[in-house]
Amino acid sequence: MMTIKKTYEAREFKTVTEVSGPLMFVDLKGMGGVSYGEMVEIQTTVGERRRGQVLDISKDLAVIQCFEGTSGLETKDTICRFLGETMRIGVSQEMLGRVFNGRGVPIDGGGDIVPDKILDVNGAPINPSARQYPKEFIETGISTIDTLLTLVRGQKLPLFSGSGLPHNMLAAQIARQAKVLGTDEEFAVIFSAMGITADEARFFRDDFEETGALDKVVLFLNLADDPAIERLLTPRLALTTAEHLAYELGYHVLVILTDITAYAESLREVAAARSEVPSRRGYPGYMYSDFSTIYERAGRIFDRKGSITQLPILTLPNYDITHPVPDLTGYITEGQVFIDVGLNRKGLYPPINPLPSLSRLMKDTIGKGSTRDDHKYVADQLYALYATGRDLRDLVAVVGDESLTDTDKKILEFAVLFEQKFINQDYHEDRSIFESLDIGWELLSVFDDPYRVLKRIPAEYIDKFHPDKRDKKVDFNSVNA
Amino acid sequence: MTSSEQIGIIDRIAGPVVQASNMLGSKLYDVARIGEEKLVGEIIRLKDDLATVQVYESTEGLMPGEPVYLTNAPLSVELGPGLIRQIFDGIQRPLPVIREKSGDFIARGIEIPGLDHKKMWDFEPSVKIGDKVTGGDILGEIPETPTVDFKLLVPPNINGKLEFIAKRGDYTADDISATVITPGGDKVDLKFYHEWPVRLPRPFHIRLPSTIPLITGQRIFDTFVPIAKGGTGAIPGGFGTGKTVSQHQLAKWSDAKIVVYVGCGERGNEMTDVLREFPKLVDPYTGGPLMDRTVLIANTSNMPVAAREASVYTGVTLAEFFRDMGYDVAMMADSTSRWAEAMREISGRLEEMPGEESFPAYLASRIAQYYERAGRVMTLGSNPRESSITIVGAVSPPGGDFSEPVTQNTLRIVKVFWALSKDLASRRHFPAIDYLLSYTLYWSALEDYYTKNVNSEFPKLRGEALALLQKDKELQDIVALVGPDALPPSEKIILEIARMIKEDFLQQNAFHEIDSFCSLEKQYLMLKTILRFYEKALDLYGKGAIVTDIFSHDAVIKIARMKYIDRSEIETSLNELMKEIDGLAPQQFGMEEDN
Repeated sequence: MMTIKKTYEAREFKTVTEVSGPLMFVDLKGMGGVSYGEMVEIQTTVGERRRGQVLDISKDLAVIQCFEGTSGLETKDTICRFLGETMRIGVSQEMLGRVFNGRGVPIDGGGDIVPDKILDVNGAPINPSARQYPKEFIETGISTIDTLLTLVRGQKLPLFSGSGLPHNMLAAQIARQAKVLGTDEEFAVIFSAMGITADEARFFRDDFEETGALDKVVLFLNLADDPAIERLLTPRLALTTAEHLAYELGYHVLVILTDITAYAESLREVAAARSEVPSRRGYPGYMYSDFSTIYERAGRIFDRKGSITQLPILTLPNYDITHPVPDLTGYITEGQVFIDVGLNRKGLYPPINPLPSLSRLMKDTIGKGSTRDDHKYVADQLYALYATGRDLRDLVAVVGDESLTDTDKKILEFAVLFEQKFINQDYHEDRSIFESLDIGWELLSVFDDPYRVLKRIPAEYIDKFHPDKRDKKVDFNSVNA
Repeated sequence: MTSSEQIGIIDRIAGPVVQASNMLGSKLYDVARIGEEKLVGEIIRLKDDLATVQVYESTEGLMPGEPVYLTNAPLSVELGPGLIRQIFDGIQRPLPVIREKSGDFIARGIEIPGLDHKKMWDFEPSVKIGDKVTGGDILGEIPETPTVDFKLLVPPNINGKLEFIAKRGDYTADDISATVITPGGDKVDLKFYHEWPVRLPRPFHIRLPSTIPLITGQRIFDTFVPIAKGGTGAIPGGFGTGKTVSQHQLAKWSDAKIVVYVGCGERGNEMTDVLREFPKLVDPYTGGPLMDRTVLIANTSNMPVAAREASVYTGVTLAEFFRDMGYDVAMMADSTSRWAEAMREISGRLEEMPGEESFPAYLASRIAQYYERAGRVMTLGSNPRESSITIVGAVSPPGGDFSEPVTQNTLRIVKVFWALSKDLASRRHFPAIDYLLSYTLYWSALEDYYTKNVNSEFPKLRGEALALLQKDKELQDIVALVGPDALPPSEKIILEIARMIKEDFLQQNAFHEIDSFCSLEKQYLMLKTILRFYEKALDLYGKGAIVTDIFSHDAVIKIARMKYIDRSEIETSLNELMKEIDGLAPQQFGMEEDN
């Protein structure tokens, strides 16, 4: 971990020259002694104290980004105290079960944390040669995810969603049900809220409470009415805590980051205030690098027990996947879960559209010993048939169904069943991977001539796993089936 | 990189860019060590005694007033034995050694040489005292891996008479390998390695035309859109279209002697994947592990952005070094967009006037200069060797939109365009290379090679298949409007054959043991079989057979399985299959009613 070796005396300046947007400019009178990235305590004329960080520093001028907003600051008597350290957070196992605000201050009425360690919130990049390739299956109990978009311990898999869609329910359900098959190992959940409403935050809190999971959860809440710039800090606090829990204490940590779009807007606000040259849609050119310092903190490390799995949530403006926020996210994360407005409109839950979704780490994770031998083929086949089904649906809408072959008609029927029986499940329904695969098989058995229609499944797998042909003596609820 | 006496002072810090004063006498692109922690940086602008430095490590905690040490040397890499099998960061620091020193997370201010200076190498000289040598000459060899011999070269700028040459034996990189008396009478001691600045292309004798294909074992590349050895290619595509898998496939199966793979601003787990997989995979050309010919450079997205900018130069300089030994080198850069973004970020911090999409105005020339370091050449030296560097760059256009500046500037330079298509990827057609949009400008130069080395009818088959795919595209547009029933049977045959080409030939499973690599011979036979079936289908239809019946025949299933047939059996199986196809008679099928 990077820590600042040097200690400086805190120094005070009363020479604020300009306050503009989230930034404050301080004349250092040529005295220097302030370092890049250093934390600043700002004391307003009424005695209120706020936090800031140095963004640009020379001997004469410090540019400070104020996490708690600049309203009410004045140039005359505001005191600026440089604290001689970069942004750090005290971390400890005690944080489990606690609630903090977006700056890491407890807001649950409990006492202060006695830290095991004080860590730089920016962390340090994991050495690529120390990374262990993630390949342990996480069973979420949700058929679409487990079967078609397998989540893996140490993966970063975002939910691409939009306004009005049930991404929060889905995230809460995953957090509640996530487990590693064949172990009772539970996940510690770290929840980092950036600019979500108090209602949404309460929903998560209630859900964790209801299931008794609250003592395994750490909440960092920056809500919609909290200072926007503070959001730049919140995920870093959450991930620093996660790293301590995972790599020092051996927890498997699931980090939920919501909403990345709000985070990106804060990034844009600071960039605009600094009059930086904007890139696409006004977001700064370094947004990709900035995102990566969040997302790349997921992973596994050789010879360390814990892991960090990330579920970032993005609300896509106008459901547009080419918007810079989902676009740059998709380039870093290991796939995406696409929550579909059309499926939602049909009343399906969870409305995950598998077609534009992807889990990049799936291929090395699934199979005999981990999920089940037929997993890959069932997944490929369901995907292919559902894709064909959707295409046919479009075709029928244009030319009618008279020109369809019998198989095509069956595929159309399959697509409907797939949505109703496979994608659709209850908010409290926790399906095992075997159940999910078997529902898949049941749907695939609507075809009379499996060997010809199920082209993605080798004949020997049809012989073994097809519901009409199964050997009753074999236990199909086993990873070794 | 030893630091000199002269010391500058930090004036200003903004992200990865630091300004320092008292820097008179420093040269542009010299390395400077910043602050008390001696972070590595490179001088990118000079004005009076002020220097602007881009810093390759996180600048958090630096303070104005801290010292800046000058090294009086440009950013260089160490070229010697021990590069292969290694994984470096963007400025040639070996990541496993960094891990030994600073643990699982990368700390700052670590100074590590690129090569292991303690390791002993078994050297065998091939020259003798008194020989005249010139830059590029081979002094001897070291068996670096079971499949690659390291050739000890006279550095490009040195020539003269050998006064000393090390005898056969074990040496470290620091030992003296030879002493050369230059024509001016100076004595120059050569070690087993030398340094070379990364931004300076290594010289060669002359460029040669690119007339030999780089065989990749990928059907879409080798058959339809081949790249030449010494050529340049780009793979642009949005996320999830398979850029990285395509790059990995090229790194795995290309018939290059050396592969330099630069992970530039991409995912950490992807590099882990390479590190995990390559040692296990067998090189189809040598039978050794693939790692024995691979050099990796990993500057993942969360590692400092300035080092990302440097990483492609580090990579291409290592590639040039192996080229100078006489090897064919393939270099992959994934992704050049991240490299361009690093330039943009630095340029923004310098407050330069922005160009298109706020990329710096010099973006196009930097991209061009980089790809120009590819090429098939005659090396320096009195016994020049033919060798090459092929560069393939992945491009990550925002929103998958190819009109953006990095894609466009790249396409102006490279001669092969492998366009990844989101549409194909979403239909799980992998590799998701758009077979109609992609192009190669090398085909006319390579046609001869295919005619001579594969089969004289290969170009004709390729042309026919491409024409069918083109026709298919037109027909598909009609089908989307009026449904498939509206087409006459002869056009349905085209649709079916095009489907075969797409599914049974172009789709290739990178994760299937056999299908992952497909030899040229196998590609030829597969294509020939499909087109033979096309001919037969037309013939049968002409004699009255029902089209749907023709395509329900067992031969169609056999064609679908061609890709999974092992190399050793391919010739017999496919010849048999073609014989079966030839033997099909109209009586075996239902007949159209006579009108």
